[in-house]
Amino acid sequence: MAGEPNASVRNVGQQRTVEIIRMVLLPLVQLALFIVGSAVVLGLIIVVVAFLLSRSDPMLFQTALAILPQVMIDGVVRGFLFATIALGYTMVYGVLEFINFAHGEIFMVGGFVGAGVGYLMQQIGLLTILPPLLFVLITVLAGMTVSGLLAMTTERIAYRPLRGAPRLVPLISAIGMSLVLQDLVRLIATSTPLGFNARFETPDFGQAIKLAEIPLGERSMPVMISPKAIIFITVAVLMLIALNYLVNATRLGKAIRATAQDMSTASLMGVNVNQIIALTFLIGGALGGAAGVLFGLNIGTVNPYMGFIPGIKAFTAAVLGGIGNITGAMVGGIVLGFLEAFVSSYLSMFTGGKFSGASYADIAAFSILILILIFRPSGLLGEAVTQKV
Amino acid sequence: MTTPRPAPDPWTQLRARLSSGPGGYVFLSLYAALCTGLLLLNTRTSLLTDILFILFMLLALVVYRSQVALGFKLGLGGVLFGLVLPYFGVLNPYYIDVATQAGIYAVLALGLNVVVGFAGLLDLGYVAFYAVGAYLWSIFSTPQIANLFAGAAPIASGWFYAFILLGLAIGAGFGVLLGLPVLRLRGDYLAIVTLGFGEVIRVLAVNLDKPINLTNGAQGIKDIGRPPLPLADFVRGTLGWTLDDNQLYQLFFYLLVLVILLLTVTAVSRLKHSRVGRAWEAIREDETAAIAQGIPLVRMKLMAFAVGASFAGMMGVVFAAKQLFINPPTFDLLRSISILSMVILGGLGSIPGVILGAVLVTLLDLQILPRIATVLRDAQKAGLPIPAAFDPTQYQRLLFGLLLIVMMIFRPEGILPEQRRREALHANEDTGTPEA
Amino acid sequence: MKRALSLLMLVGILTAMLAACGGGTTTTTPAKPTNTPAGPATVAPASTASTAAAGTTVATTIAATTVSTTTAATTVPTTTVAATTVPTTTVAATTVPTGTTTVAATAVPTTTSAGSVTDYIITLVGQITPEIAKALGTVKIVSHTPLSGADADLGTGISNGVNLGIAQIGTAIVSTGVKLELLPFDDKSQPEVGTSNAKKIITDPEVLCVVGHLNSGVALAALPDYSNANLLMISPANTNPRITDSGYANAFRVVGRDDLQGPIGARFASETLKAKSVFILHDKTDYGQGVAEFFRQEAERLGLKVLGFEGTEEKSDFSSILTTIQAANPDLIYFGGLFGQAGPLLRQARERGITTKFLGPDGLDSSVLAKLAGNALSDTYYTTVAAPVSTFPNAAQFALAYQAKFNGVATPFSAQAFDATGFCTASILKAAIEAKGKPTRAQVVAAMKSLPTLDGITATYTFNPQGDPNPATYYIFAANTDPAKWNENKLITRIVSAPPTK
Repeated sequence: MAGEPNASVRNVGQQRTVEIIRMVLLPLVQLALFIVGSAVVLGLIIVVVAFLLSRSDPMLFQTALAILPQVMIDGVVRGFLFATIALGYTMVYGVLEFINFAHGEIFMVGGFVGAGVGYLMQQIGLLTILPPLLFVLITVLAGMTVSGLLAMTTERIAYRPLRGAPRLVPLISAIGMSLVLQDLVRLIATSTPLGFNARFETPDFGQAIKLAEIPLGERSMPVMISPKAIIFITVAVLMLIALNYLVNATRLGKAIRATAQDMSTASLMGVNVNQIIALTFLIGGALGGAAGVLFGLNIGTVNPYMGFIPGIKAFTAAVLGGIGNITGAMVGGIVLGFLEAFVSSYLSMFTGGKFSGASYADIAAFSILILILIFRPSGLLGEAVTQKV
Repeated sequence: MTTPRPAPDPWTQLRARLSSGPGGYVFLSLYAALCTGLLLLNTRTSLLTDILFILFMLLALVVYRSQVALGFKLGLGGVLFGLVLPYFGVLNPYYIDVATQAGIYAVLALGLNVVVGFAGLLDLGYVAFYAVGAYLWSIFSTPQIANLFAGAAPIASGWFYAFILLGLAIGAGFGVLLGLPVLRLRGDYLAIVTLGFGEVIRVLAVNLDKPINLTNGAQGIKDIGRPPLPLADFVRGTLGWTLDDNQLYQLFFYLLVLVILLLTVTAVSRLKHSRVGRAWEAIREDETAAIAQGIPLVRMKLMAFAVGASFAGMMGVVFAAKQLFINPPTFDLLRSISILSMVILGGLGSIPGVILGAVLVTLLDLQILPRIATVLRDAQKAGLPIPAAFDPTQYQRLLFGLLLIVMMIFRPEGILPEQRRREALHANEDTGTPEA
Repeated sequence: MKRALSLLMLVGILTAMLAACGGGTTTTTPAKPTNTPAGPATVAPASTASTAAAGTTVATTIAATTVSTTTAATTVPTTTVAATTVPTTTVAATTVPTGTTTVAATAVPTTTSAGSVTDYIITLVGQITPEIAKALGTVKIVSHTPLSGADADLGTGISNGVNLGIAQIGTAIVSTGVKLELLPFDDKSQPEVGTSNAKKIITDPEVLCVVGHLNSGVALAALPDYSNANLLMISPANTNPRITDSGYANAFRVVGRDDLQGPIGARFASETLKAKSVFILHDKTDYGQGVAEFFRQEAERLGLKVLGFEGTEEKSDFSSILTTIQAANPDLIYFGGLFGQAGPLLRQARERGITTKFLGPDGLDSSVLAKLAGNALSDTYYTTVAAPVSTFPNAAQFALAYQAKFNGVATPFSAQAFDATGFCTASILKAAIEAKGKPTRAQVVAAMKSLPTLDGITATYTFNPQGDPNPATYYIFAANTDPAKWNENKLITRIVSAPPTK
């Protein structure tokens, strides 16, 4: 205790570093807690339900347990997909408070850029000799650049002239932008060798890694994760760290937060609001583009209409986590991914095929969303906003 | 403001002359007569007829905006839309179908306008109520009903009218059902929950073919019952018009939609200027202040949801009967969004604006954009420098998207905005000239 | 100012994009022939490849040229299924869907054809007097499919197929003075847009035939309107039984029926693949779910164990379903859906080490599937009514011409659209000759009903009064992993059956 003031005087810089590390790492811890938490809770529910149902069908319990680890992995991978798109949503929302419906298309454009780069590399024969990680780096950077610039351009064209208009007006403009981008990409894709359904060429990432084998009857159920998924998750986590650092520990971040809080006051304080908003779109678009590339890489194909549904889901995730909150977006994505994976894997098993799980996944996700919002009207990590009177 | 009022430019002068006084009567009568005559002379679907038809629909707007006697307005409107358009519909079934669909969407947009425009609650799942109404009638008027109540026979088609009211009631019920859990939510949290609700209803429509086959799943329900034709014998016998059933049904649904639209407009405008309407407005402008004024927030919000949804439920019944076939993709998220775009495009909160928005978007979707695409395609064939990869017929959505953006940029308040909103929007604009 | 500026930017970007596209096409088109040498080298005769490469007037001579193809594929078809391959007349009612519909073995016409549709049209040309030609003037054939939205690639493919058909037949009948014109409509996959368009179509007296739709929901919504006007509709894609079962005299199709295709798939799974258990997956559309339901019924009747019946609207990430499949460990996965979903599904399945055999309906019949799935296509089979290229060599030329004209591979149902166009034109011309002038729409429908057995580029067609191809010949292929060699897909078996009548 006695040495403490002494130390703080000695090195302010050191304290700042510690604070930054805390700022950057805290969300990671939060995220990890949520992943573990949701996994445990959902896992427990499954075990209990399976146990209750096992009286009528003894195999059910065994099967349910055997696929549990794999379902959790599926859920995490799916969750990170929603999470990465949700980051871009939440960035833009935080600053402008408007739902950028065209974000799904920014994501899709990223995917197409990745596919295009992959195709070019394959044409010149680079694909086989390039190390997979370098390939990921190149495509992700390309996707980020194009998507980021595109997002910035859309902001300049379709949203900036509407600043100050009623809140729903940019929403319609964004919907228009979304339609335009879909068809423009379709037009470009169909007049290049990529085609409407483009294949995402990648170097060989190797077979899925087998983590374990769980005996199930006379055979065994493997627990697997593909190397692409690992890359996907790693990049997503890196993105979260970078974004948190950017927003919480840099001058730019401070300007962004100031703009988000009060645009006119921020401009009085010397913040170039237009520039900051453009930068926010650039960052959000770049994140979306990276997500698009990683998604295409993971799935193997891209098409001009693939952005819409993940876009909506990501928006849901962002709201679930508390829109405007960066970690919240990640958390919301993870929770949503888990929910979908669990419902689609277990529902038909538990209802004896009466309800097709994969079909009801959406319903389950939205029902849970409504439930969570009833009890926490501003999302999982969102702060309750008191209205100014 | 001491700046001298600038002399009105010729355009304003002309407009003033043509919209009131004797000039107005002459202009409107001439316009109407000319449009009607040309339309009836050109019944084949063509570019010219398309333009005439749009001018004809525009006439409604011109009449509405003019400052002539109310009786004249109503009379002219009645003749045009009650007589001329149905008669034209007998000669060409396409245009009256477009008009019917525009009417359906106008009612839907008016309903959504109650929720979004009046009460300020963003609803992205509005089409769900429409689906509920449509499936209600579809299930009860087809053998599908036997799966719900064993041994039940399809209900007699004469019950259609009762089901319109039932659709109204059930729509309202679902509105309350959605409203209850979301009362505490604001802004975009509300948007996402309503979006989810819309998706839930659609996914249920796709999936409720198991365990009992209620909606027939993705296959959709066909051969939906149509009400017996009223006055069919009168029209054929007494008037001696040789119309087949299809033409009669087309006229019937057109007139039915027209009547419902008129009723809806009356109901909505009365609501708007009632205590309830003012309470909604208060909630929209400032929730906290509204509570402080003693406005029962919960009841008013629920009422907004119920009223908005009831119109959709009612129209769903009519839509199903008109369409004869429904399937789940009809009720997807894009439909909700397009109804929302009608509301915002026309002018949030403004009743004539919303109707205009609905008519405009429907016309764009069904008539104008396909026509533009055909014209472009012909131009392309004739050698206009459009790259071969760009087939205009395939890119109507691109044009629609562009139009949305451009219209929002140039008229963010909507085409026919509510007076209050226009003022609010232009209040902080530094325009030197005072607006009339 | 701000607004004007942003508008200006928008316009600028758009024109730049357009210019880029235009540039793209001009640079890529010449490259095309060099890009696809793998196929022609072994399959198609060099002559066709060079005509395609010659470029400008691509679709001039497709069906008219009789090509002697001696490809590798010709040697393969060993029709193994015993009871089913009935060559002519009385069709064994082996592949009848369970119980519900009993095949009244209606007098099936002989399958010996009177030649190709194009040849038939050429024989009609001689009978077209200048008066008839003058009365006909320009004949418009409508293609009515989704040209925008998520189904756009399939819908555009159909429209393109009609386009090629019109180009080719148009040159064949150019001497008569009758002009054929394509009138594409976009139904946006929405039933009420379909109805509205249909009302517009029937008011145009020059339209005598519609080729459409892609979605059977839209077709069912539009059919009452076509039917009111007696307008002939030939569907190149709707396998839903209700299209022809609904009692519309004007509805025809040049594809199979789900209630035959599904059961035939099940029979194949049980008899040839010797599968004991199956996991059924579908895409929750009327097409995918429909065919999957019929597959399930027949599979259960044949004693296969159905381990799961799941529908998903998911388009790309199938991991959760794959986990369930992995746990169920079936002998076969049946997927009711289209190649766009099947591609990623297969790839993800194989990456997970699921090597189970895979079977699907005609929605998988596209080289795009091979492009998307690549090596994952091992042990993948599909049922279709499109005959192998070895017996119908013109399909290969169609694919080449399509590639050259539209800069993309032919999607499923586009070849059928080409055939539908042929049948449209043949009926219109026949009706015109019989009417000695411009025929009514009802006469065109009547002419369609009285057409002799003709060869299209996909199969030989005769139609029963209901509008279904009769007999319907179903082929089951093993998919090839190389997109360029899609036409050489190995024919596993061939099943002939009469369509069930109502």
